[in-house]
Amino acid sequence: MLTLTVPQKTIFHKISAGQKLLALCVISTALFQIKSLIVLACLTCAVVALYLSQGFSFAKFGARMLWPLWPFVLIIGIYHGITNDIGVGCEIILRMLITVAFANMVTMTTSLNDMIDVLLRLLRPLNWIGISTKPLALTIALFIRFIPSLIERGITMHAALRARSRGKSGWRIVVPLTLSVLNDADHVANALRARGGVWTNDEG
Amino acid sequence: MERSTVLIAVFAALIAALGLVPKFTLAFGVPITAQSLGIMLCGTVLGAKRGGAAALLFIVLTLAGLPLLAGGRGGLGLLSGPSVGFIIGFPIAAFVTGWVMERVKTNVLTSSFIASFMGGVIALYIPGVIGMALVLDKPFVAAFGLVSAFVIGDLVKVVICGFVTQAIYRAQPDKVLSRA
Repeated sequence: MLTLTVPQKTIFHKISAGQKLLALCVISTALFQIKSLIVLACLTCAVVALYLSQGFSFAKFGARMLWPLWPFVLIIGIYHGITNDIGVGCEIILRMLITVAFANMVTMTTSLNDMIDVLLRLLRPLNWIGISTKPLALTIALFIRFIPSLIERGITMHAALRARSRGKSGWRIVVPLTLSVLNDADHVANALRARGGVWTNDEG
Repeated sequence: MERSTVLIAVFAALIAALGLVPKFTLAFGVPITAQSLGIMLCGTVLGAKRGGAAALLFIVLTLAGLPLLAGGRGGLGLLSGPSVGFIIGFPIAAFVTGWVMERVKTNVLTSSFIASFMGGVIALYIPGVIGMALVLDKPFVAAFGLVSAFVIGDLVKVVICGFVTQAIYRAQPDKVLSRA
């Protein structure tokens, strides 16, 4: 499957996931308080420099992750161009791009496993009040395991549909796909139960 | 217990698969994917709690770094971007859809229409528009104007969701847990 993390190792890989997330929270909150366009422009340069410091391909990857925001940049640009307060427009655009760029940097340099570890660690207090997080870890694993299978099944069903019908309405595969998913769930649940069930590790 | 756990996991994967596989294009060229249809189906088929949990699982792992959102997007940047409200709205929408589905006891088709409209449109667009208004620093009306083109696509999905849920109920009534 495609991933959002960069293949090369950067200095940000060395910082722990928890610290990066904490830093991101602080930076994002702070950024929403900044109203000065000059400060935001300086920060933009800093972010660009930070990306480039890890190599050109890292910066290119970062730029590609920001790309889906272009319609909003365009709309805000036009809106404030018409209302003649382009300064405010630039401020909104820059603030949005910087906060997203910082968040993307964390995503690009933190493996999914580390993220899930942080998540499970944050939820650990639930264990103290009697809610086990063990089934959650299993659910996450099952979810990740099922994604490629379901995508593949969807593609197969779509190809079969196109082979026998001239219509393009892809939604017709939703019924058989959902039914197959419901049946899968029964099989996997039975298999889990046969192997001792979800709760074994806590109770045994 | 096993069944609930597995259903939550596979329906979260179903949302992901529906974001990629069938693509529709509306008459005036707005591309829509079936991803929000997946959110609605979570509610109409699994009910409020399990459906909401499936959508929540999907969103949490997408934020953690899986590129599962339609268009291959994912990662923490989504929380600072203009679509933040829709991201947060996904589990709310699935929960509300299920909640309405469990309470409106007409036939499955009508209930699914009502439930997926209340959940997949109303409960999704309220946080969606609020998030967009905050990030882009615009009044709510302007933010709604920006997303209004997508409402039509979602209304189409409400109709599809109704027929899909009905078809599933006819094939295997015991699997529609919101009615069990």
